[in-house]
Amino acid sequence: MSEVLDGYEQWLKGAWLTLQLTVYGSGVALVLALVFGLAGTSRHAWIRVLNRVYVEFFRGTATLVLLFWFFYALPLVGIRLNSTMFAAVLALGLNIGAYGAEVVRGSIKAVPRAQYEATIALNFTPLQRMRRVLLPQGFALMLPPFGNLLIELMKGTAIVSLVGLTDLTTVSKNLQSSTGETVASFSLVLVIYFVIAQILQLFVRFAEARVDRMLGRRPSREPELGTLAAGAPGAGVAS
Amino acid sequence: MPPTDTTPEKDAAPLRGSAPGIRFEKVIKRFGSNTVLRELDFTVAPGERVTLIGPSGSGKTTILRLLMTLEKPDGGLIFVGDDPLWHMDRGGKRVPANQKHLHEMRKRIGMVFQQFNLFPNMNVLRNLTEGPMRVLGVPRDEAVERAKGLLDLVGLADKIDAHPSQLSGGQQQRVAIARALAMEPQVLLLDEVTSALDPELVVGVQDLLRDIARQSDLTLLCVTHEMTFAKDISDRVLMFDQGQIVEEGPPERMFGEPSEQRTRDFLQAVLAT
Amino acid sequence: MEWDWSYTGDIIPDLLRGLRYTVIATLLGYLIAVVLGLVWALLRRTPNVVVRQVVRWVTEFIRCTPLIPQLFFAFYVLPTWGLTFGKLTVGVLMLGIHYSTYMAEVYRAGIADVPRGQWEAAKALNLPRTRVWLDVVLPQAVRKVIPTLGNYLIAMFKDSPLLLAIGVPELLTSARSVGARTFEYLEPMTMVGVLFIVVSVISSILLRRLERHYATN
Repeated sequence: MSEVLDGYEQWLKGAWLTLQLTVYGSGVALVLALVFGLAGTSRHAWIRVLNRVYVEFFRGTATLVLLFWFFYALPLVGIRLNSTMFAAVLALGLNIGAYGAEVVRGSIKAVPRAQYEATIALNFTPLQRMRRVLLPQGFALMLPPFGNLLIELMKGTAIVSLVGLTDLTTVSKNLQSSTGETVASFSLVLVIYFVIAQILQLFVRFAEARVDRMLGRRPSREPELGTLAAGAPGAGVAS
Repeated sequence: MPPTDTTPEKDAAPLRGSAPGIRFEKVIKRFGSNTVLRELDFTVAPGERVTLIGPSGSGKTTILRLLMTLEKPDGGLIFVGDDPLWHMDRGGKRVPANQKHLHEMRKRIGMVFQQFNLFPNMNVLRNLTEGPMRVLGVPRDEAVERAKGLLDLVGLADKIDAHPSQLSGGQQQRVAIARALAMEPQVLLLDEVTSALDPELVVGVQDLLRDIARQSDLTLLCVTHEMTFAKDISDRVLMFDQGQIVEEGPPERMFGEPSEQRTRDFLQAVLAT
Repeated sequence: MEWDWSYTGDIIPDLLRGLRYTVIATLLGYLIAVVLGLVWALLRRTPNVVVRQVVRWVTEFIRCTPLIPQLFFAFYVLPTWGLTFGKLTVGVLMLGIHYSTYMAEVYRAGIADVPRGQWEAAKALNLPRTRVWLDVVLPQAVRKVIPTLGNYLIAMFKDSPLLLAIGVPELLTSARSVGARTFEYLEPMTMVGVLFIVVSVISSILLRRLERHYATN
């Protein structure tokens, strides 16, 4: 065990990479989720088609397959993503963003119609309706499934160990082979991932509590079927 | 103008002020195969207060929703003032309204909903200032001043920082009324504004609306099941059934000695509950 | 670089062999997940608070950590404890166990969704505990969660390439080895992508049908 702990500098480096991938990946995912999710609520059919194509395509793709394709196939058609890190962030962001887009679309649609009508009665422009009323209220519905997706994305970063980046998983593998401490290496890496996940969840809960207070709602702790389905990789949002 | 600023002749006669009138010409509205309004014609004079009564499904609420542009008519013309609501003039031809025209027309109209529909993501003050600031371009200070004045009017000055969920139904509805007035509409639509309230809260909201009706020169269209309130507030009562006007007249006559059997049946049924 | 159709045709048999492993791993893993998930959910309703808390944290732990290090753990650690399995067995087991923790949440929500009145009615009839669960609660809960459970079949299918981490010869592995042999990665990798999309889009269309079927009944 002590030999494994002696490698703490490697652990720190690995954890740092895992965190970076998580943060960048969720940034990309969030932007894509908002853009394509809002596209899914558009009045124009052709904009909604953009949403459908993006969501169906990237929800149907496995992240690892996407990453391998970026890694092995894309350079052959002359497109070289200038770092493996960038390819990984893109693959994770595109995939989780597709689930996120469904969450955004479903949440906006779930804002009561009466709220939309009130914005018309106050003569808001379509942009103001979205920005001032629908999006802020939809945001409260988005947060719990977004929390699930964040954990999914963090877990997803482990795929980079299969294309040669030194993240937590790679570090555990390296230390296992250099020290022979199999149990210690792989137990420790799982515990570190767990701790990261718990910290991320704390952040999300904190945000949820704030939004609930802002909307004057009583927070509900236990997830319901709808939000579970939304957070599930491979699942649509119940809208 | 909000009633606080204007306060013209109290207890003045109807037909005052410069508020626009309303005219329906052969208006048709269908929901699927169900025709709610069949070639409906009626006129509301500028500054007139009209109450629409009738059984549920008779099309009263649809009239308000058409005026608020929440529903689109399937035929006919609706005028607010001199301009058609759902149509505009282009090269001498009447064409369906675009968003810009609707935006212009909506400036004249305000609505209070049965379920209040306050924005839960904003406190009371922001509910009142958001529209004036973002839509009318009123400077913040002025919007806040106006909001304070309106909260005084509705008797909720102390709730300015409260959150909608901290208010009772009656208080929420009073804020919603203030929110509608903050947009300085010339036509105010009241859609069963006391139906969702607990009985003990109804009176407060009704008293407020009576004051507003007395002090302002708004054109008022009101759908309600509260006949005493309708009597107090309106110059004229229209009785609807199946998308048509069955009977109309001043409230004293409509409630006192209605001439149509259907009106008598309806009033009896309402009073019995 | 040009797309080579005849090369594409040549590698298809290799890829289909890989796809067979992918499908087997997914289906067997799914079976484990569906059953084990229900076990977790029921254990979380036992009167024993220790059992409840242990199950809660164990499932939370498995759900919050990535599958790849879990596969490493099972693949390298279990033999040191005298348990030796083949690659595919370890892969199927871990895939199943990993997703059982998701299923547990789905079942839990489904059970919580059964109206209070149903429990009270069962109690009023004085039904024994097992009958309440088997005849009243579970049939209603399971019916509600079937579409959601179906979604996890697709999710597991898409996570099955991770098994290449421990050398299971699934679809992506075979594409990589084909590519390594010929130095032509474009066609095998693209074909894998296409296969994954085709299978998941078709299954999600089928699932939506199933969902509608359960929604209307």
